[in-house]
Amino acid sequence: MGLRELWFVLVGILFTGYFILEGFDYGVGMMHPWLHRTDRQRRASLSAIGPIWSANEVWLVAAAGSLFAAFPNWYATLFSGFYLALVFILLGLIVRGVGIEYRSQDPDPRWRSTWDWLIFAGSLLVTALWGMAFANVVRGVPIDRQMIYVGHFGTLFNGFSLWAALTFVLMFLVQGGLYLGIKGGAYSRDVGRKVAQKIGWMATVALSVWFVWMDHLPSASDHVDDLVVMGQILAVAAMLGARIAAYFTKHGWALLFFSLTIAATTFSLFRILFPRVMVSSLNPAWSLTIYNASSTTYTLDIMSVTAIIVLPIILGYQTWLYWIFRRPVNEEEMRY
Amino acid sequence: MTQLGWAELQFGVTTVFHFFFVPVTIGLSFLIAIMETIYVRTRNPVYRDLAKFWGHMFLINFAVGVVTGLLQEFQFGLDWATYSKFVGAVFGAPLAVEALAAFFLESTFIGAWAFGWDRLSARAHAVAIWLVALGTSLSAFWILTANSWMQEPVGYAIRDGRAVMTSLGDVLTNPQLWVEFPHTELAAILTGSFFMLAISAYQILRKKNQEAFARSFKISTIAAAITSVLVIVVGDAQAAHLVKAQPMKLAAAEALWNTSSKHAPWSIVAIIDAKNHTNAFQVQIPEMLTILAYKRLSGSVEGINQVQAQMVHKFGPGNYIPPVAVTFYSFRIMVFSGMTMLALAYYALYLLKRNRFTQKAWFLKLLTGAIALPYLANSAGWIMTEVGRQPWVVYGLQLTAQGVSPKASVPATDIELSLLGFVVFYAAMAYAAIHLWKKQIARGLDPDPDQHQHESPRDDLFLETNSLSRP
Ligand code: HDD
Ligand code: HEM
Ligand code: HEM
Repeated sequence: MGLRELWFVLVGILFTGYFILEGFDYGVGMMHPWLHRTDRQRRASLSAIGPIWSANEVWLVAAAGSLFAAFPNWYATLFSGFYLALVFILLGLIVRGVGIEYRSQDPDPRWRSTWDWLIFAGSLLVTALWGMAFANVVRGVPIDRQMIYVGHFGTLFNGFSLWAALTFVLMFLVQGGLYLGIKGGAYSRDVGRKVAQKIGWMATVALSVWFVWMDHLPSASDHVDDLVVMGQILAVAAMLGARIAAYFTKHGWALLFFSLTIAATTFSLFRILFPRVMVSSLNPAWSLTIYNASSTTYTLDIMSVTAIIVLPIILGYQTWLYWIFRRPVNEEEMRY
Repeated sequence: MTQLGWAELQFGVTTVFHFFFVPVTIGLSFLIAIMETIYVRTRNPVYRDLAKFWGHMFLINFAVGVVTGLLQEFQFGLDWATYSKFVGAVFGAPLAVEALAAFFLESTFIGAWAFGWDRLSARAHAVAIWLVALGTSLSAFWILTANSWMQEPVGYAIRDGRAVMTSLGDVLTNPQLWVEFPHTELAAILTGSFFMLAISAYQILRKKNQEAFARSFKISTIAAAITSVLVIVVGDAQAAHLVKAQPMKLAAAEALWNTSSKHAPWSIVAIIDAKNHTNAFQVQIPEMLTILAYKRLSGSVEGINQVQAQMVHKFGPGNYIPPVAVTFYSFRIMVFSGMTMLALAYYALYLLKRNRFTQKAWFLKLLTGAIALPYLANSAGWIMTEVGRQPWVVYGLQLTAQGVSPKASVPATDIELSLLGFVVFYAAMAYAAIHLWKKQIARGLDPDPDQHQHESPRDDLFLETNSLSRP
């Protein structure tokens, strides 16, 4: 494996971490004002993600930074091309992050319910738009021979990408539900479990359809290999595993299985892309690949050394963070 | 306005806004770490209460700092795609390292610290905030490594029309970095100190937990007294470095149109006539500019017209003069704020020594208002740095006009729309933060009535008013 391949994998790992971890947060955010009736329940659900959301979000910051350094052309074309979509993602991230922190600091009911709905809207928007963005990366968008995106915002709306948006929303709802099922404590544990149970089937169907659709896209069909198919089967199987675990009230296992689903989904997505990083719908030869979009060996070397040293340390202290906050939310923990 | 103009405006507005919050994060985290260390040593509960109070103020600030920083990380790709392609191999690396080696550290330990008051031992809790402080300063270091490279490119080569890194060592020992980083870091600690000093003064003034806030008054006065001197010393070194690194920026900051005599005066104010390359009016201190630039009594400073001619010779025809008035006045605003903070800090120190500060109501009022000064100085300093570098985005290598995203992907209307969105959202966030700060200041060290409240009647109240929630 060369350096470029390594960095393709590392970017994939960073996005996987982002989707698994922020999957909890966005899922909890999306069900927040609907399903949590009382103020106490809402505080419990936000307290379950309170101490961790910002550390989770850094996975996205690291993914974006790594794109910039390792694949500058990918970073540049993706971000300038999907301009408005990313602007909406950013606006969503802004209101939900500040909302989680600020919501319970003023008892005024109007203040609280305003933030509650902003947290909801932000989480939903961000989830749906990431689904759309990744779908379009695989499906192909108009990129010219100079790696310049020549479409517009409307180009990003198509059946496949809208289906992806729906799939992401359902999946993150399940992920959030399973997480709350463990961490939510007396106030919101049951809400979380119920959501995971009710949405679970829909997410399975949506994801399966999306996989079949993806494998038949003109831009992807000849990139379907054993690894892609294995990833997809694993993703769906792990989902079923999560249901079975939940049925036997093994909630920790259910969450673990579902995280595996998200990881396998991300894996198959990156695998089907490989070695491309953004497909051009105008001419396959104009697609961005890890070869024509990458930075130099020297830079990749430096970054590799850094990543190999610090990633295990990061995993260590983030695990520690989850460990010290492993207890379900109780009366004393309601800081949010 | 052109697409380029909108992109510049968007970058300036959002980055200045991010930098309203960043220095307070950096500065306060250190001061809180000091308080917690005192608490661990003395076990005096006042320091614990103070750390909690300032910790709360810190967290309100941090939330906005984080989400606005997120935009910064994306912004180079959004508006400056051509620039990003050009510099990615050099500039991207510190950014990626910043996320991996600084932001993770900072965010994780903030989570552990903010909610770990009961979960961690006092010692472990103090270690957590020290790690946060370390993380914030590391992030400043890496982002400034990137920025310094834009000011003074080193350790690179141009290959296939792109800048590529040839020596990490050179990038990390960039002389620009080693004036820019200390200056910004010290400015951040000074900002945190004035934030704490102003609010402590206000609390003492209205006799709220006076004894306790006298202690944070003391800590922040000492920190401000130390850093206000150092910030000026390093700032002075920065100006001296500009003589070699970016003579055009220095000349513009002085509105010096023509090379001076061996005894250059320093203008306090000037009416600048950029069209005719002259100043209609100016008030000057003799010899000062020579001293600022060379630390001795003789030496001439190059003027704008002369540097422009040299640059045309080197880079071909073009206008290499930045907006002179903006550069000139932002420099003066920074210097004026810095001098004022220095004076205030030392007068506070003097009163502290005589134990008289609680009685000087007029001075406490003045200090409360002085909270604006570090914000002014920071924004002005960055505007000087970035505007003074124009028309270059990477000095000597790429013009700002060449770095903007292609119009086909990012038309001006998209930028306008997003700028509008960011301004509205940022204003709302700033409003919310100020609202919560005021609430927290009013409460002082008293326990939060909304926390730890069992069986609150408010739940029912909430249920009634929120008709949208359904059973
Ligand atoms: C509390 C904030 C603060 C204060 C009191 C000062 N500065 Fe400053 N200054 C900054 C905050 C700052 C800054 C915002 O942090 C900048 C922007 C870039 C940088 O390195 O620091 C800056 C930039 C900056 C630059 C531009 C460097 C460049 O473009 O490469 C110079 C020459 C100075 N400063 C000089 C001074 C002097 C002579 C001061 C004496 C009073 C001073 N600063 C006070
Ligand atoms: C946080 C403090 C900073 C502030 C307040 C600030 C402010 C500004 C302003 C006002 C401009 C606009 C100049 C003009 O329009 O003429 C600008 C330009 C720019 N700055 Fe900074 N800057 C800061 C730090 C940085 C850092 C750390 C970087 C890089 C890592 C950076 C990268 C850029 C780039 C790429 C531009 C070019 C775009 C343009 O000219 O508008 N800035 N900045
Ligand atoms: C002198 C300029 C800058 C300094 C010193 C600085 C420093 C910091 C610090 C200390 C934080 C911690 C959170 C907070 O603000 O409260 C932060 C957040 C952030 N900054 Fe800046 N920043 C600067 C400019 C920029 C620029 C130009 C970028 C864009 C690359 C950027 C990217 C970020 C990001 C992504 C975060 C969020 C990190 C998180 O989630 O914890 N910053 N920055």
